[in-house]
Amino acid sequence: MKRFVSIWFPHLLTDWLVIRKPELKGRVFVFTEPIHGKVMITAASRDAETNGIFAGTPLADAKAIVPGIQVFDDQPELARKVLTRIGKWAIRFTPIVAIDLPNGIILDSSGCSHLWGGEKGYLKMILERLRESGYSCHAAISDTIGTSWAIARFGSVSPIINENQQYNAILNLPPIALRIDEATTQRLHKLGLDKIGKFIQMPRSVLRRRFGEEFLLKLGQALGTEEETIKPLIVVPPYEERLPCLEPIRTKPAIEIAIQKLLESLCSRLSSEGLGIRYAELKGYRLDGKLTQVHIGTNQSTHHVSHLCKLFELKIAAIEPALGIELFILTATKVEPVSIYQEKLWNGKPGLADKGLAQLLDRLGGKIGLEAIKRYIPAAHYWPERSLRRAASLEEQTETTWQIANPRPMELLARPEPIKVTAPIPDYPPMNFRYKDELHTVKKADGPERIEREWWMDKGEHRDYYILEDEKGRRYWVFRSGHYNDEKSQWFIHGFFA
Amino acid sequence: MTSDQKETLQQLQKQILEMQGFKPALPGNAEGFGLGPLEHCFPNAVFPVGTIHEFLTDNPEEAAASDGFIAGLLAKLMETGNACLWISRNRKLFPPAMQSFGVMPEQIIFIDLYREKEILWVMEEALKCEGLAAVIAELPDIDFAQSRRLQLAVEKSHVTGMLLRKEPKRLSATACTVRWHVKPQPSEMMEGMPGVGHPRWEVNLLKVRNGHTGSFLLEWAEDHFAPFAATEPIVEHTKQAV
Repeated sequence: MKRFVSIWFPHLLTDWLVIRKPELKGRVFVFTEPIHGKVMITAASRDAETNGIFAGTPLADAKAIVPGIQVFDDQPELARKVLTRIGKWAIRFTPIVAIDLPNGIILDSSGCSHLWGGEKGYLKMILERLRESGYSCHAAISDTIGTSWAIARFGSVSPIINENQQYNAILNLPPIALRIDEATTQRLHKLGLDKIGKFIQMPRSVLRRRFGEEFLLKLGQALGTEEETIKPLIVVPPYEERLPCLEPIRTKPAIEIAIQKLLESLCSRLSSEGLGIRYAELKGYRLDGKLTQVHIGTNQSTHHVSHLCKLFELKIAAIEPALGIELFILTATKVEPVSIYQEKLWNGKPGLADKGLAQLLDRLGGKIGLEAIKRYIPAAHYWPERSLRRAASLEEQTETTWQIANPRPMELLARPEPIKVTAPIPDYPPMNFRYKDELHTVKKADGPERIEREWWMDKGEHRDYYILEDEKGRRYWVFRSGHYNDEKSQWFIHGFFA
Repeated sequence: MTSDQKETLQQLQKQILEMQGFKPALPGNAEGFGLGPLEHCFPNAVFPVGTIHEFLTDNPEEAAASDGFIAGLLAKLMETGNACLWISRNRKLFPPAMQSFGVMPEQIIFIDLYREKEILWVMEEALKCEGLAAVIAELPDIDFAQSRRLQLAVEKSHVTGMLLRKEPKRLSATACTVRWHVKPQPSEMMEGMPGVGHPRWEVNLLKVRNGHTGSFLLEWAEDHFAPFAATEPIVEHTKQAV
């Protein structure tokens, strides 16, 4: 059975402002907005309401009642922003939270409340925490969003509506509690139907003719005969585990236990589906409302608890518990099918598929960052700098093969360095060259090997590469940029051969 | 000393060698690394795998020569199919070149770091991993304690570690088993043909624990090492203190 909590903030905007500007506490102030050339009040503080100033009153009237009234401009979308922030905070109580404009939020608390010792403790905890932070609020819990909404705003008996008790709960509420529009409400009142109980028994056809389909839908949603869906603030990822803590957690061993527990439950789920973690994120919701998070990545998808634990252990130092963490959420942000490791009868060539290697790289990646770990595969380019590219994973292969027709130097300079050469005959290797103030006399040479620039990628001259060996047997890779042009030819050294 | 005592002594020496990672040639691996007479400098005349080697280089040309020589060794070490790790700072090594020494570049995992401490940490961690064929780290300077840690790590896992010390600032004692110095040598083409021939090196063994030092000329011929010209070492064998 689904259970929903509706929380109503009767003074959402004014409470929000009081939290930011404590000097406004106990003062009469309002938010206003010009509507049709008339300045109307959109939200009034608690003290303004005791003076008879409500949302919807023209500002001029309010000024007549309380001459020293303080006025603030209402910003569009302000309520949405504030509710979104409260909603995100409330994710510690349930993964599914939706905002309910203009002044409420809805929590899908199905299966969550027992963690706070039942629905009573659950509601009390939420309301206490909200009130502590300065919001006045009311809440109710029931099987439907409609009933929770109605009871939170208009209920006077108990905020907890037991299962399947929606019908009895809303009997004594005014029709506006059904979330219907102003016109319908007024018509109902005119007809003397000032309580839901007075018309709930009427035949549906009669109600539909008088008040429309929308009215019946809202009534059905309150009673639970019609479906109602909410749009979660944050969509719950499919692979997520939560661990609320009875006492706020501050110590390293306790965090380790939390990680261990979360991983155990997440991994048992993943392994039953044949999946493993590639990236995972651990979030800690702190007592002070802030969020601390760390993430890990693996080179091969895995659901090996102790290995993942080790990866997180390297990151524990980055978790700041401050006053304490009250909720841990572990999310597998990227999962991939696990390649099942088969014990081989004859030891073959494990190579890169070796399990120990993958675990080593995960450990290294956790400490030095996965960016630092590289593996190269050939790319279909002749241009030396582009002839290879980083592989995305340990398994990645390409159809392209390495160019082996021409030798390549063992060491390649990150950027070719200009050298001075003596090259008297066009397209012949140089006779000598000067590199780092040393004159090298060329004894043996190979080349040229012309490598054209890929004009669709960048512009510039082609390169004519030569392999040169000097009198001491040192081997170099040099090139002339562009065609031979006597004195003006530009020569560069690009690498060293073994 | 009676012959009995001598035999016991030899047995013990052999045991110590084995504990330090020098294994007698395995039956399936009889051809060794094909380094020719150079291999006789090592204890048991077997190239010591599962230990730490250090390569000294004084300039980029020698570094490239050392890279090539290491690649030739890797070809043999990686025959088992295992991958290797190449840890470096300002890496210049051009992976496609490994191919000409019989090493598949995609089987090498490169780790680019900045801090010396991290390089040492990564190397030690990697040397403990039995699934690797070799770990190469470009690190100019290392002290005795640090190299000892690395040596202890490989004694358990039998992974071969290589330190490529490019232009080291000081040369203190290390716990490495072999200290190499590879210098490029002029290549030779067949019958005076033009062009640059196979890479040739002068390979100096500056220090070999429980072995001899020496200097050798080696060539990489297509897919194997081949001694050339002088088959005898240039420098006389000198027995080094253990």
